[in-house]
Amino acid sequence: MLIRVQELSKSFRKLEVLKNVSVSFEANQCVAIIGPNGSGKTTFIKSVLGMVIPDSGEIIVSDKNIKNNFHYREAIGYMPQIGRYPENTTMGQLFSMIKDIRKHNGVSLDEELIESFHLPALYNKRMRTLSGGTRQKVSAALSFLFNPEILILDEPTAGLDPLSAEILKDKIQQERKKNKLILITSHIMNDLDELSSHVMYMLEGNLMFFKTMEELKAETGEERLGKAMAKLMKQQTN
Amino acid sequence: MKLVKYIFFDLVRSRFVFFYFLLLLLFTGTFILLQDDVSKVQLSLLNIIILVVPLVSVIFATIHWYNSAEFIEVLLAQPVSRKRIFISEFVALSLAVGGAFILATGIPLLIFYPDAVSLLLMVGGFFLTIIFIALAFWSAVFTRDKAKGIGLSLVLWLYFSLIYDGLVLMLMFNFSDYPIDKIVVVLLSLNPVDVSRVMVLMKMEMSAMLGYSGAVFTDFLGSSVGLIYSIVLLIIWSIVPFFWALRKFSKKDL
Amino acid sequence: MVKIRKTVLAVAFLLTLFSFHIEAKQILVSKNGNGISSLKTALTKVSAGDTIIISEGIYPEHGILIHIPVTIIGKNFPVIDGEAKGQIFYIDTSLVTITGLIIQNTGFSSMDDVAGIRTQHVSHITISGNKFLNCCYAIFLAASNHCIIQNNFIKGNPANQQLAGNGIHCWQSINCDINHNEITGQRDGIYFEFVQGSTISDNHSYENMRYGLHFMFNDNNRFVKNYFENNGSGVAVMFSKNITMLNNTYRDNWGASAYGLLLKEINDSYVLYNHFEKNTAAVYMEGCNRIVFSRNDFIQNGWAIRVQASCMNNTIAFNNFSGNTFDIATNGSLSLNIYSGNYWEQYEGYDLNKNGIGDIPFRPVSVFSMFSENMPESMVMMRSFCVTLLDKIEKVIPGVIPEDLIDNSPMMKKINNAYPGSGT
Repeated sequence: MLIRVQELSKSFRKLEVLKNVSVSFEANQCVAIIGPNGSGKTTFIKSVLGMVIPDSGEIIVSDKNIKNNFHYREAIGYMPQIGRYPENTTMGQLFSMIKDIRKHNGVSLDEELIESFHLPALYNKRMRTLSGGTRQKVSAALSFLFNPEILILDEPTAGLDPLSAEILKDKIQQERKKNKLILITSHIMNDLDELSSHVMYMLEGNLMFFKTMEELKAETGEERLGKAMAKLMKQQTN
Repeated sequence: MKLVKYIFFDLVRSRFVFFYFLLLLLFTGTFILLQDDVSKVQLSLLNIIILVVPLVSVIFATIHWYNSAEFIEVLLAQPVSRKRIFISEFVALSLAVGGAFILATGIPLLIFYPDAVSLLLMVGGFFLTIIFIALAFWSAVFTRDKAKGIGLSLVLWLYFSLIYDGLVLMLMFNFSDYPIDKIVVVLLSLNPVDVSRVMVLMKMEMSAMLGYSGAVFTDFLGSSVGLIYSIVLLIIWSIVPFFWALRKFSKKDL
Repeated sequence: MVKIRKTVLAVAFLLTLFSFHIEAKQILVSKNGNGISSLKTALTKVSAGDTIIISEGIYPEHGILIHIPVTIIGKNFPVIDGEAKGQIFYIDTSLVTITGLIIQNTGFSSMDDVAGIRTQHVSHITISGNKFLNCCYAIFLAASNHCIIQNNFIKGNPANQQLAGNGIHCWQSINCDINHNEITGQRDGIYFEFVQGSTISDNHSYENMRYGLHFMFNDNNRFVKNYFENNGSGVAVMFSKNITMLNNTYRDNWGASAYGLLLKEINDSYVLYNHFEKNTAAVYMEGCNRIVFSRNDFIQNGWAIRVQASCMNNTIAFNNFSGNTFDIATNGSLSLNIYSGNYWEQYEGYDLNKNGIGDIPFRPVSVFSMFSENMPESMVMMRSFCVTLLDKIEKVIPGVIPEDLIDNSPMMKKINNAYPGSGT
C-alpha cells in the first residue's frame, strides 16, 4: 500500500473541510479525485503533501507516517494547478535548482517530458517571460523528473494546448504501467475517463465513495464517466 | 545552502533590488558630493537608514513572500523541510537587500569617511534591513491575505519609526519630574530603530548634548559596554521575530 | 602751576632713567667659565637698569628674587630648572623684563600657588619670548599694572590634574597686554579676575583642562583675535560689563559641559566677528543684558546660542547660522531679545522682491529644542522621525514657540563676516 489515509479530519476555523476520511491507494492505480468546488479535494491533496497539517487522523506514505517528516516526499512528484516560479531565474536554472535541492541518489532522471515539450530551447528564458501554458509544461516536467513512485497532479491539462495535453496524458498512462500510483484532480471528465482506474468522489468534506472505474460504470450503467457522475449526483439530490 | 544561492541570484536580478541599489547610491552620492562636511553626510544618511531602509525592507520582503507563495508550495512538495525553506528565503533576502545597502551606502561611506560613525551607520543599516525583513515575514506568516499583510507591515514600520517615539516623548513629558532615565533606556531598547539611532548618535553629537542630565545615557549607552549592548539588542531583534515567524510557519496550513 | 611741577618731575625722571642707561652694565651668566655661573649670584651684583645675559645651559635654580629693575635676556634659550623645588622667579619691583628663557619644573604644591614667574604690587613688567614647561602656574600677576606678556609658549603637565594651575593668571591688575602667547595643558589657559582696561589678543589657548579663558569681575576689557580650541569647558566670561570680544575663534570645545563662550551676568558688551565652530554650545547666556552679537559665524555647533530666560535686551543681528543642531534654544516662554537680519541655513523661505531678505519671517527655535531645554533627558530622541515631524508641524502651525522669538528679516545668503582688513 503506497498511501494509507486514516480518519483524516481538518477544519479551517469553523468550517469542516475534511470529515473523517479514510482511504488507501496502491501502486498501479490512477485515481481521479472528483468533487465540486469546496468539497475538500485540494485540502486532501495538500494534506498528503504535508502542506496542510491535519487536526486528527494519520497519513502513511510508503509505510512512513508523514507527521513531522519530509523525507517521504522523495517518493512524490507534484504538479500544482498554478505554477509560479522565481521570476528572474531562467528555466534552465530552475531545473538545475530543483535537481540540486532534491537528492536523487541513484534514481535515474526522467527527462522525457522536457524533451517532448521542447523545453531545452527555452532554457535561457526567464520564468516571468513565459506564458502560463509553458509554465504548466515546466510544472509537469518537474513532477515527472525524479521518477517518483507517486504522482499528484492538480488539474494537469488545464491551460495546456491540445497537443501538449495529449503528450501529458500519454506520459501519465505510460507511467501507470510502470507500477506507479497517480492521483489526478480535474474538471475535464473526458481526460479522467481515459486515464483513471479508480474514482474517488468527495462532497462537503466526506469521502462519498472510492471505486474502480468498472464498478462505477457497472452500477450506473453508463459508458462514460461524465454521464455516470451526473447520474450519481442526481440520485443523491433526489 | 544551495537554496539560498538560487533565491539570492533570483533576487539580485530583480528590478526592485536594482532600483533600490540605484536609489541608495543616488542618495549617498548626492550627499557625499553636495555636502562639504562629514557629519552632515552622516546625519543625512542616518535619516535614510532609520526611515527608508526599514520601509523598503519591510515592504519588499512582504511582497516577495506573497509572490513566492506558489513557488514555496512547489518547494514544499520536494523532500525539503519547511525550516530550511524559511531560513533560505530569509537569508537570501537579507543578503540581497542588505547587500544592496552595503554596496550602495556602506562601502562608499567607508571609502570617503572611514571612521567609527560610518562603520556604525553601516552596521545599523544592515541590522535594520534584517530586522524589518524578519518583521515582514512575521506579518506575512500571520496574515493569509496579501493586502492585509502589506498593511500590517506598513503599520509595523509606522509604529517603530514614529508612533513608538511619540509615546516615549509623551511619557517623558508627563513624568518629567521623576527620574525616568533608566526606564527610557529600557524603552529605547524595545525599538530597534531607536537602538540604531542612539548607537550612531552617541558617537556623534548626542552624548555631549545630553550634558550632565543624561549621565545615565552617556555613561551606559555612550560607553563601549553600551555599544556591545546595542549590537546584542539588534541581534536579538533580528532573531526573535524571525523565530516566532518560523514557528508559526512550521505549523501553518498553506 | 601744578602742571609745570609735574612736567619738571617727569623730565627729571626721564633724565635719571637716561643716566641709568648710560651707566647700565651687562652681566654675563654662563656655564662655561665666561662670567658668573649662577643667576642668583648675578642678581646680587646688578644695579637698577642693568642687563643680565644668560647663555645656553641648564641652571638649576629656584626662589630667584628680583627686587632691582633689571632686564634678563636668555641667549639660545638657557633653561632655568626649578627641579620641582618651588617657585622660580619672584618679582617685587617694577620695570623688569624677562625674555628668551626656558623656565621649567616649578613643582606642584597644594599649599601655595607656585609659579614660573610671580609678580606682586609692581608695574611695567615685560615677559616675552619665554617658554614655560611643566610649571604649576606659568605667569602669576598679582596687583600688577601695565604689564606686557607676549610671545610666550606655555605648556603644562596634564598628568597633574588636581594641582595644575593656570597659564597666565592675572589678578587685580590694570592695563595689561596679553598677546601672542600659546598656552596649553594648564588648568585655565588665561585667568582674569578683577582686571581692568586690559587687552587679550592673538593668543592661542588650547587643550587646557578647564577653560581656555576664565574671566570674572573684569570690567572694560577687550579680547581680540584669540584662538580658543578644544579646552575642557571652553571660555567662561562672567560678572563683568563693557567687554568687547572681537574676531576670536572658538572651536572644538566639545563635551558634556563644554561651551564655546559661556556668558554669565555680562552687561553692555559686544561679541563681534567671532567664529564659533563645533562647540557643544557655541554661546550660553545667563543673566546677560544689552549684549550685541553681530557678524559672528556659528557653524556646526550643538547649540549656536542657548539663551536662558534671564537674558534681556540682547541683540542678535547679521550673524551666520549653519549646520547647527539647534540655532537658538531657550527655556522661557517669552523672548525679550531681538533677532534680526541673520542668515539661517535652515530657513526655507523665498525672496520675491529680490532684496536679499526673505519675505517670510524665520523662527529659529524648534519645538524639540524648547522641550529638551526643560527636559534635557529627552535629547535621546533627537533626530528621530517623530521629532523631525513635530518640528515641521510647528513650522506650519506655530503653537509652542514664543511668538516674538522671530527674525523678521532673515538673509537669503550667507553674510561675509570676515573681519575688515584681516584679508580672509
